[in-house]
Amino acid sequence: MSFLKEFWEFLRIRKKYWLFPIIIVLVLFGGLIILSQGSAVAPFIYTIF
Amino acid sequence: MTCILGISAFYHDSAASIIVDGKIIAAAQEERFTRKKHDSNYPYNAVEFVLKYSNFKLSEVDHIVFYEKPFLKFERLLETYVAFAPKGFLQFSKAMPLWLKEKLFQKKMLMDCLKENDENFKDEKKIFFSEHHMSHAASAFFPSPFDEAIILTADGVGEWATSTVAIGKDNNVEIKKEIHFPHSLGLLYSAFTYYTGFKVNSGEYKLMGLAPYGDPKYKNLIKDNLIDIKDDGSFRLDQDFFNYSTGLTMTNEKFNNLFGKMPRNSKNEKITQFHMDVASSIQNVTEEVMLKMATSLRKEYNLKNLCLAGGVALNCVANGKILEKKIFDKIWIQPAAGDAGGSLGAALALWYKEMKKERKIFKTDQMQGSYLGPEYSQNEIEIKLKEAGAIFKVMKEEELIDKTAEDLSKGKAIGWFQGRMEFGPRALGARSILGDPRSETMQKDLNLKVKYRESFRPFAPSVLNDQVSEWFDIKEESPYMLLVSNVNKKKQIKMDDDQKKLFGIDKLNVKRSEIPAATHVDYSARIQTVHKETNPRYFKLLEKFKEKTGCPVVINTSFNVRGEPIVNTPDDAFNCFMGTELDKLIIGNCYLDKKNQNQKLKKDYTSKFELD
Repeated sequence: MSFLKEFWEFLRIRKKYWLFPIIIVLVLFGGLIILSQGSAVAPFIYTIF
Repeated sequence: MTCILGISAFYHDSAASIIVDGKIIAAAQEERFTRKKHDSNYPYNAVEFVLKYSNFKLSEVDHIVFYEKPFLKFERLLETYVAFAPKGFLQFSKAMPLWLKEKLFQKKMLMDCLKENDENFKDEKKIFFSEHHMSHAASAFFPSPFDEAIILTADGVGEWATSTVAIGKDNNVEIKKEIHFPHSLGLLYSAFTYYTGFKVNSGEYKLMGLAPYGDPKYKNLIKDNLIDIKDDGSFRLDQDFFNYSTGLTMTNEKFNNLFGKMPRNSKNEKITQFHMDVASSIQNVTEEVMLKMATSLRKEYNLKNLCLAGGVALNCVANGKILEKKIFDKIWIQPAAGDAGGSLGAALALWYKEMKKERKIFKTDQMQGSYLGPEYSQNEIEIKLKEAGAIFKVMKEEELIDKTAEDLSKGKAIGWFQGRMEFGPRALGARSILGDPRSETMQKDLNLKVKYRESFRPFAPSVLNDQVSEWFDIKEESPYMLLVSNVNKKKQIKMDDDQKKLFGIDKLNVKRSEIPAATHVDYSARIQTVHKETNPRYFKLLEKFKEKTGCPVVINTSFNVRGEPIVNTPDDAFNCFMGTELDKLIIGNCYLDKKNQNQKLKKDYTSKFELD
């Protein structure tokens, strides 16, 4: 819960409420992605993310 | 007493730093402990070390600061994907699982990791997050000897910012301007690192070393197509040529077409004049941006001091150009300019900027020569060496210095392990391999027999601080090997026409100065000035070497083989010594001669570590 509170606070301060629906969708679909794979390893050539 | 622990992790170059009442006590990079180059995992060992060194338990630490803000980074990622959609789906599909699983919950992740260090640590409220470029700026200004300065930071990318300008005054740092992702000088340089076949994020220094062999033939091509540089040094990159925002490579087809070649495959393609010209061109463009920025900032803010940090600040050639143009009266560069140094900056930012503690200004900087890592007592060294089966002689300091200087003058390759390990990517005379710069074969021998690389780069010279202007075109101190300057004209040897026509390493092998092993093909050298106050034993060694040879310079390269992290413990040093053709090893007061060692202890080091 503290995470959600902190993240909402972040969106409020940054005035980025429009990101909220994207995050909801991501969390829903992301849950599926996470459940369907073992480990999340960054394959990228430069660690941008 | 207030103790603050700074941590950088989860991207590259994880590290931990600790400050007590604002004084820097200890700092180290995780790779030195795990022996995994650029280790990006939580720096468990580095945290253990800094806590032990400062005599604190984690639960006694007052504040813990992480060097960047994960939510802000996530915001940047989402907005970038939205802006480029549907193009970036591939990268998006790789990044999101990682974020939704771990990185978004970094506070919890950090808590879990910290509990591994001390299970009694429970207070989440002690954890703070600093902005990535604020951490860099703080690491550049607070340890500097300036009460007021312009701070310029530039790297690949943090959260949004890729370059920032800040003003540092007493105990405050205020960010004034930022350039945001995807427009990044660091990523532009990395794109060319990738294109020329080197590893991104570690091979950039090779690109810089390659540049003097080429002509900047493609400078205008780069400026006309890839980057729009304004008079104040601000810039925009044309994203049509790059793939890093949306794809899994740095450059794209359009970039290849512009230069007429595919990126070099280091496994089966040699470096050609084309790659050297490309290196020279991008180095030139980078210098132009840095010089324009420095010039306009000096005019705009009218401050006489400049501080630099961020990965781009490791471009010592560009730093040398800023110094040479005398845009600022004084320049100070954070020795751990990359992300490792962010751990220190984050801790300092909390102490000075947030807690508003008084900052005292001293004549010298507060990095203590950057000797902030682990050290080993003579007793510990002897025990470790005996356990490893080493045969050594213990000498008094005077005899040890005399013997080492004598060996150096005879062309021997020496492993030099003394005192506290350096913090930052450069070996500064604590974990170094030393050699005689006057020898015409030293550069070749060290590269092939010790470092196991065919290098186009000469070695860096360490010079007695008071002799620097006698040997190089520089009057300023350069204690952290972050400034490049030419070898003094008096010491140069002009090349004849035939020699000028030579190519690559052949040209490097021509005797171009009295110290050929430390002189690049354009007569430049990456200088380290050695100071009695910060490294008295190394200073004494150089003095003795000068007494014997008339030359106050030795070559100093990091104590490792290619691709290996710099040695940390006496064991690492002994292993590297036995795995290479180093002739002597000096650890503390112990003197090891390769000839006396048990030959069965020899190790095969040639293929142990990957090339950068």
